[in-house]
Amino acid sequence: MQRRGATPGRQQSREPHRLFWAALAAPGIIWLALLFIVPFYAILAIAAGQVNQVFGYPVAVWNPLHWSSANFAAAWQNVVGSSAFVGPIIVRTLVYVAAASLLSLVIAYPAAYFVARFAGRRKGLFLVLLIAPFWISYMMRMLAWIDLLQTGGYVNKTLTFLHLVSQPVNWLGGLGTTVVLGLVYGYIPYLILVLYAGLDRIDPALIEAGRDLGLGRARTFLRVTLPLSRQPILTGMLITVLPMLGDYFTNQLMSGATGTTMLGNVIDSQLITPGLQGQGAVFSVLFLLALIVPMIYYVVATNRSSREAA
Amino acid sequence: MTTTEVTAKPAGRADARGRTGLNRLRPRSNPWRHPWFLEGFTWLYLIWSLVPIVLAVLFSFNNGQSQSVWQGFSWRWYFADPVNSVLHNPNLHAAVVQTLRLSVYTTLIAVPLGVAFALGINRWRGYTSSSFNFVMIFSFVIPELIFGVAMFFVFTALFTSVHLGTLAETLGLVTWNLSWPAIIVQARLVTLGRQYEEAAADLGATQLQTMRRVLLPLLAPAIFASAVLVFSSVIDDFVIVDLLNSNVGNTPMSVYIYSQQHGGNGGPALNALGTIMLAMSFVVAGLGYLGYRWMTRGERVDRKAAIATIAGA
Repeated sequence: MQRRGATPGRQQSREPHRLFWAALAAPGIIWLALLFIVPFYAILAIAAGQVNQVFGYPVAVWNPLHWSSANFAAAWQNVVGSSAFVGPIIVRTLVYVAAASLLSLVIAYPAAYFVARFAGRRKGLFLVLLIAPFWISYMMRMLAWIDLLQTGGYVNKTLTFLHLVSQPVNWLGGLGTTVVLGLVYGYIPYLILVLYAGLDRIDPALIEAGRDLGLGRARTFLRVTLPLSRQPILTGMLITVLPMLGDYFTNQLMSGATGTTMLGNVIDSQLITPGLQGQGAVFSVLFLLALIVPMIYYVVATNRSSREAA
Repeated sequence: MTTTEVTAKPAGRADARGRTGLNRLRPRSNPWRHPWFLEGFTWLYLIWSLVPIVLAVLFSFNNGQSQSVWQGFSWRWYFADPVNSVLHNPNLHAAVVQTLRLSVYTTLIAVPLGVAFALGINRWRGYTSSSFNFVMIFSFVIPELIFGVAMFFVFTALFTSVHLGTLAETLGLVTWNLSWPAIIVQARLVTLGRQYEEAAADLGATQLQTMRRVLLPLLAPAIFASAVLVFSSVIDDFVIVDLLNSNVGNTPMSVYIYSQQHGGNGGPALNALGTIMLAMSFVVAGLGYLGYRWMTRGERVDRKAAIATIAGA
């Protein structure tokens, strides 16, 4: 770096290098522009576009000057109007996701903490077992619970055997609890991995120092470990909450009833219903706008930590 | 405890002395003892997370229609049944082939594209590169449903020559998985620093030679790890392929299981399909781990770090 400034000959040779790197990046940039940025513009163009009156398919309007607010108005009526059905669904989605993510954190943190700090020589084994669900398809993991929760499944057999319930419970018949537990089971591996990676990075010397200065176990944890794990907790929660909010398959598999519908189901079903695709686009846009702040926070935090590593 | 803390807070040293005195009076349990409670909790968590899977795998060998009552061992759902086994049912069969096909296509396109992108973005510092790096990381956190909806609309309203099906699925999956190689390779570039390249340049190597002889060999473990991640996350992917498939011929395993299971008993053939997915992922993970260990044999990468890297942590 310093030598470059000293020798003018080198400075000239930087230009072709720049071109070389730009040429390397170009295919990826073009790909992202065409297949990531343009598609989002397409959502906007359809959300602000029109609907073909005869066949009901959406007509995209690419010129922002001709955008209409018809779809937005219709969607807004569905959220707050007199016959609104989306409003309660949004509230339900928020409640489910809040419950599922907090429960995930309460389960994942102690397990990740144990493996990162106390597993000792068995750390490799614990790590493999913690990561195993990460390699098992989401659908397979849901299928496993569907098998267990069926009316004649092992959960009901155990509960009736222990006389905890008198009759088998219809777990898959539209219970919110089942959906929340399904979400926890589905997304907890991702959370645990982020928490483990963050907790593993905490310098044990800091914890020992806390102890040496006379703090007990609980207070060392509260004063040293917990403040140091704030960042992993935040990132881990983001990485689980964002996909949970857009989840439509877990509640379809775990209940399928209209009483447990989430926002993702609204978008998913509007997408395949002629005439409603424009509204599906509107909800996608609104959903994205609502999440833009946490997403940008995540991007900035990732950028900062990678720069700090450099 | 609280009163001493509150009153003694302004005078820190007095506080410390006071507490030591208290400790002498009230013997505390060994602070370095093994946390049995935490260990028990962790084991309970592991049992909860893994035993259902083991049972689901077991039921794929069930000699009966039930996914919850054991009726004896058989291979019927894999190949013995002439109609409903994975081998003989054309839809189940097609699902396995489609998953494999999408994984191979996506890995072959996304990894070179992502690696070149990472190299270019990392070394070509400028407004364009930093804003596209932002876009790339953004694609990593955006909810998959929104991305899938965007892809669905772009292929049905703008790039209409791309029909829903294998091509649309592949294009969607490549975009979605581009960030794996891009992020992992950039992280590796940061830890490598520039000294190797500068040494090569000082010894007279051209840019291309440096790339081929120095940079790519040093990046090989990261490239390999990202290929493993892309391959396995395509096996696992659901939302994008659910929105972009068009018929049973281009429906991969995850979507097939979903569409058959919700609303009823899909039968143990679905468990067999899930078990095949699981086996595929584990084979990829195992090969990935061994390959990564072999590629980093000269460096001091311990087993745990290798496991974490292959899982994308």
